[in-house]
Amino acid sequence: MDELDRAVVNRLQHGVEVAARPFAPVAAALDVEEDALLARIARLLADGALTRFGPMYDATAMGGAFTLAAMSVPAADFDRVAALVNAHPEVAHNYEREHALNMWFVVACERPEAVARVIADIERETGLAVLDLPKLDEYFLDLRIAV
Amino acid sequence: MNAPAEIRLDQTDRAIILATQGGLPLAVEPYHAVARSLGLSAEEVMARLARMKSLGVIRRIAAVPNHYALGYPANGMSVWDVADDRIAALGPQVGALAFVSHCYRRPRVPPRWRYNLFAMVHGRTRDEVGAHVGEIAALLGDAARAHEVLYSRRILKKTGLRLRAE
Repeated sequence: MDELDRAVVNRLQHGVEVAARPFAPVAAALDVEEDALLARIARLLADGALTRFGPMYDATAMGGAFTLAAMSVPAADFDRVAALVNAHPEVAHNYEREHALNMWFVVACERPEAVARVIADIERETGLAVLDLPKLDEYFLDLRIAV
Repeated sequence: MNAPAEIRLDQTDRAIILATQGGLPLAVEPYHAVARSLGLSAEEVMARLARMKSLGVIRRIAAVPNHYALGYPANGMSVWDVADDRIAALGPQVGALAFVSHCYRRPRVPPRWRYNLFAMVHGRTRDEVGAHVGEIAALLGDAARAHEVLYSRRILKKTGLRLRAE
C-alpha cells in the first residue's frame, strides 16, 4: 500500500455524499483526478483491502431483525453442524471461536418472527441448543481504522 | 437508539437496495449508473437514497475495510458482565474506543450465559487485542464483575446481510 492507498482507505471509511459526482470532493481533497481515484478504489477492492464500497444498509431500520446465536458443538461433529447452519440463507456470518460455545453466527431476517423460526429449525436439524442473544442496545460508533 | 418503528420502503426503494447492496458502480456518476440499470431518473435514485440516509436505513455510503488485509488480523469478541444499572452509562464509552468496532448490550441467559456487554476488539496481534481488553477493564472498573475474550479461529461463513429478491 502506498500513501494514496492509505489516504483512500482512511478517507472513504467516512463516506461520500449523495450527489451527482460524489467522488469529486474526495478526489480534490486527495489531489487526484476522479478517474484515478476510481481506479484506486477498484484495485483496493480487487486486492481485498476493502470488502465493499457502497451504501451500508441497516437491516433493522429496513424492518428486519437480527440475532447473535451461539452453540456448543462437539469437535467431531463440527463440520457437519457448520454445514447445516450455513445452509440457511438467513445465516449471514458464522465464526468458529475458542470457547465452550464454539460456534457463533448472525441470523438476519426481513421479518422479526422469522428469526425464531430459523433458530428452531437449526435446533431441530442439529439436535443442539442455540443460545439466542438479540441486540438490546447498540453503542454505535463505527471503527475507522487508520492504515 | 432503536430505529423508528415504521419506516415505509416501497418496491422502488427495494429495487435500489437490491441494486446497491453489493456495492456502488465505480463511475464518476455512480447514482446515474444505478438509475440507468433500473430505468429510473438519477434524480429519483438520489432523492430516495438521501431519504433512506436521513431515516437511518443507510448508515453511510462508504468503504468497508478488510481488517485482515489491512494489518489488523487479530480480533477478539470481549464479553463483560456489567452491573445492569451502570451499563447504559458505560456502554457508549466502550463503543467510543477506537479499537472497538461493534459494541452491543445483549441479554443474560442464566445459567448458560452471564455476559451482557459485547465489544469486538481489533488489533495487529493477539497481544495487542489483550492489551486493549485491559483498557476496557480499566474503563469499566468495578462495574464489570467478570469478562472473557473469545478469539475467532476461522470464518465459517461471511456473506454480508442481503435483502433477497422477492
